[in-house]
Amino acid sequence: MSDQTHTGRSALTRLMLVLVPLAAMLVAFVWIASIDPLRGFNNGAPPVEALTVERTILDETGIGLRVRAGGSDPMVIAQVAVDDAFWSFTQDPVGPIERGDAVWVRIPYPWVLGEAHLVNLLSSTGTGFEHEIAVAVPTPKATGTQLRTQALIGAIVGLLPVALGLMFYPAMRGVGSTGMNFLLALTVGLLAFLLVDMTAEALELAAGAAALFQGSAMVWLAGLSSFLLLMAIGRWRGQPEGLALAFFIALGIGLHNFGEGLAIGGAFAAGSAGLGTFLVLGFALHNVTEGIGIAAPMLRFRPPLWTFPALTLLAGGPAVLGMWAGSLAYAPQWSALALAVGAGAILQVMIEVGSYLMRQNRGRQAVLFSPAVIGGFLGGIAFMYATAALIKV
Amino acid sequence: MSAMQADPYAAPMPGMAHGNMTTVGLVDHAKNGFDPTAMLTDWETGRTELLPEGRTLRIFEVDAIDREIEIAPGIFFPAWTFNGRVPGPALRAKEGERLRIIFRNFGSHPHSMHFHGIHSARMDGVPGAGLIGPGEEFIYEFDAKPFGCHLYHCHALPLKRHMHKGMYGLFVIDPDPALHPEHAAVAASRLLGSPENAEWQEMAMVMNAFDTNFDGGNEVYACNTVGQAYMNVPIRIDKSRPIRIYLLNVTEFDPINSFHLHANFFDYYDTGTTLTPTQRTVDVIMQCQAQRGILEFSFAEHEPGMYMFHAHQSEFTELGWIGMFDVQEPAA
Repeated sequence: MSDQTHTGRSALTRLMLVLVPLAAMLVAFVWIASIDPLRGFNNGAPPVEALTVERTILDETGIGLRVRAGGSDPMVIAQVAVDDAFWSFTQDPVGPIERGDAVWVRIPYPWVLGEAHLVNLLSSTGTGFEHEIAVAVPTPKATGTQLRTQALIGAIVGLLPVALGLMFYPAMRGVGSTGMNFLLALTVGLLAFLLVDMTAEALELAAGAAALFQGSAMVWLAGLSSFLLLMAIGRWRGQPEGLALAFFIALGIGLHNFGEGLAIGGAFAAGSAGLGTFLVLGFALHNVTEGIGIAAPMLRFRPPLWTFPALTLLAGGPAVLGMWAGSLAYAPQWSALALAVGAGAILQVMIEVGSYLMRQNRGRQAVLFSPAVIGGFLGGIAFMYATAALIKV
Repeated sequence: MSAMQADPYAAPMPGMAHGNMTTVGLVDHAKNGFDPTAMLTDWETGRTELLPEGRTLRIFEVDAIDREIEIAPGIFFPAWTFNGRVPGPALRAKEGERLRIIFRNFGSHPHSMHFHGIHSARMDGVPGAGLIGPGEEFIYEFDAKPFGCHLYHCHALPLKRHMHKGMYGLFVIDPDPALHPEHAAVAASRLLGSPENAEWQEMAMVMNAFDTNFDGGNEVYACNTVGQAYMNVPIRIDKSRPIRIYLLNVTEFDPINSFHLHANFFDYYDTGTTLTPTQRTVDVIMQCQAQRGILEFSFAEHEPGMYMFHAHQSEFTELGWIGMFDVQEPAA
């Protein structure tokens, strides 16, 4: 086919060439739906049923569950048993739950503080969907006091360590090229740990989400997309370095801290973590290296003073937002999505810091396997792994 | 919220009543084809003929039918039934009669009727002796003995599945007063249709349960199939007349079940094969699977009101096996 015939087509013809297959598709779908060719496969099996509990609220009115249906037919929650006792409940909105829809189930059950409860949602076919409340504690509410407390914890685990890490900046400025290589490799190492940690966390959360969100695929594809988008944005005007690279690192770490905030907030709401001082200190120590990592690409010039609070806020501030979101508006699929986007961002800054490291040593590629670089990389991973032991509960 | 601020560690639910321990909604008994309240007194006596030697021949007709039943409001169970109901018909005969049970299998699996009674091996309802495939018919024939409160159930294998799918029922043989002169009055009171028996308020109760997700554990417990049926519709009792319950346990998966009467005590006749109580003045009895007996008690000295009865395994109680006697003054 030559270029002449291609450009010779009128706009109408080109429109028709798109509309005809679209129309054929529509006709095919209507035909399939109307004659139901799969009827012959109907073997009398009951419909596939799926219920996923996305959120649990415990308060003075009892137990509230946000439940999403994902079966082959609309589902009916016929009865609810809590701890092997049928209990009255209300459903909002009422009626059969369409595939993909979510409802609130409210059970006026006198739950017991600090103890475990098992809720069994029985469908009309008698299939039971069990939901465990591991430790019953009142769900945090969006009150001023609550938001302030959570913001404080978010600041301690997010903002404070980044600020402390950045305070090493003046000391770091004096290092030679070997020290510089070590610090950049250390940054890549700690980012590598965060990447693995976030991906694992995202996949774990996604496993708890309703099947129709296709958790695993969603995590990998969202991570990949965010990685590609950030790469494209970052390289809009050449490879990022210096201040730009520092901001990209801060953004990636910020997204990670958002995820960390989600996890703490979620654990707090679920009662699975009494946030002890030890745990909060662990988070702070764990995140100190993040400030050092952000500072590393800025050592070759003198950045304006305002960049330091800006970088601190970008990298640490999301921890506060994560805390709020995690405890007040938690849903496994959205948390997994946020973590996946963060993982993509982390991968982008790993690539960019690595590429910056290589450019710093142009013509001396052997340096990449020097004790300083390998030591820095492994040291970064090891430090993160060791301090993570303090915060994994 | 103010209560929470006063004590942040207190469970924040002041005044929450525990009266919400209940199923939600009501079962459509008409659609089910059987009503637990009517079932209490619905004795199947079949039809009778006189044999040449002067004995009574009592004929029952029982069909095995697959049927979806509602066992708790909104929860449907694909049951295998005798005569379309779970438990199956409460068969009742008199000691010494000749019994003929015409059994037809309209179900989708092989079934049988295995009677707990005294009969020949050929009539036992096990594979090779009265176990029939879909579309087949078998006639069981034996004498009604010994008197007591018995049961029948399908004995096709796997037994566990055939039991818990709903194939069981009461099989009561009333004592013949003429054969028990030392306790003729007691025997007469247990003989259905006698003037002495008419004084009693007799009820058939089968303790059963349903494993709706087939995981080897029950989701719904009940007396006469429908969870909480007698909470939603309490059993009316005339306090001036004595009460006799024919109680059978066919609960699958759990080793025992039990019956507890509130605010009262009863005499118990284990298996119903005696005319004097095997236990006197008790308020809880337990039965393993297929164990059964007769409970006798009275509310004559009580003030009218709601008197609870239930299994005294709290789990069974709260998953449906609970009911109320609505004790009232005799109707004017």
